[in-house]
Amino acid sequence: MHHEAPIVKFMGLYFNLANILMITIASAIVFLIAVLATRKLALKPTGMQNFFEWVLDFVRGIINSTMDWKEGGRFHILGITLLMYIFVSNMLGLPFSIVYDEKLWWKSPTADPIITLTLAVMVVGLSHYYGIKLQGGKGYAKGFFSPMGFLFPLKVIEEFANTLTLGLRLYGNIYAGELLLTLLAGGLAHTSIIGMIAAVPLTMVWQGFSIFVGSIQAYIFTMLTMVYMSHKVSHDH
Amino acid sequence: MLTDSLVLGAAEHAQLNTGDIFFQLIVFIILLALLKKFAWGPLMGIMKQREELISSEITAAENSRLEATKLLEEQRNLLKEARTDAQHLMENARKQGDVQRDEIISAARTEAERIKEAAKLEIEQQKEQAVAAIREQVASLSVLIASKVIEKELSAEDQDKLINEYIQEAGEER
Repeated sequence: MHHEAPIVKFMGLYFNLANILMITIASAIVFLIAVLATRKLALKPTGMQNFFEWVLDFVRGIINSTMDWKEGGRFHILGITLLMYIFVSNMLGLPFSIVYDEKLWWKSPTADPIITLTLAVMVVGLSHYYGIKLQGGKGYAKGFFSPMGFLFPLKVIEEFANTLTLGLRLYGNIYAGELLLTLLAGGLAHTSIIGMIAAVPLTMVWQGFSIFVGSIQAYIFTMLTMVYMSHKVSHDH
Repeated sequence: MLTDSLVLGAAEHAQLNTGDIFFQLIVFIILLALLKKFAWGPLMGIMKQREELISSEITAAENSRLEATKLLEEQRNLLKEARTDAQHLMENARKQGDVQRDEIISAARTEAERIKEAAKLEIEQQKEQAVAAIREQVASLSVLIASKVIEKELSAEDQDKLINEYIQEAGEER
């Protein structure tokens, strides 16, 4: 049941073509949904505009719960995009997976640790950037020695731990979900007629649960992004 | 076969997919920029616009409420004023009416008095005239009666004698 990844070497870099494909598709879906929903904007919102205004308010709520809007307002668009992109990515792998020539082509892009760690490093890197930008180099450096100086080594470790857990949490949840789906639909269903009958309700239940997990993980990723940002950006931390 | 799948084949591809990292980063940044320009930006704009509209509407409503209260107060004052005016007017009219009534009554009384006086005067005159006429008639009647009486009792002789006497007297007086 283990499928290989279609890896191609290009300009000294290794590309997993399945990831490339799925990243592009996920981005395109997010972009299309967002643009279609906000094409006809009105002061009196209808349909999809209502939904996206709710998403905007939801992310605004996340940011407001972690930091002041004066500082957090700049992360609003980042937060909405992260939430939408990760949610759509998580959902992509659920309905089916496509295996062609023993290679796995259709899956969630977030079921790959490289992708999730990239997002995590980007977020933590941004938090450092905004920490220096808003607090100044001195204020930023002071953050590593507060509340007490001897905590400095722990603080440095924390940064790497944050990055790793942020990326691997998302990867683990989504990958585990997809793996179990693959086992149910690709393994159990192929054993016998009974196995196929047994696989149907289990797959449905697990897909439902995976939708829940995918939404929760998108929310958690966005929430933690804002928490790490606020640690670096806010003065009282 | 099932157990095979549970083993994570992480070690299977030894190389790091560095290309994926760059691709993910670049695509995410592009997505961020595109969404900011085409979706979230306009959406935030319209939300901001609505916020402003609502706040301006609230201000306008507050203003018109204040104006309405002011107008109401004004109208109430005007009504009160009008009511007082009307009361004044009625009072005045009543007073004037009273005065006029008194005037008319007194004028009528004077007139009546005058007419009574004139009538009394006339009555007096008439009475006097009547008395004078009666007196005249009484005199002539008494003369008539006297002449009748005298005519009856006087004989020819006495008549002559009387005439003579008158003549004599008339001569002496001259």
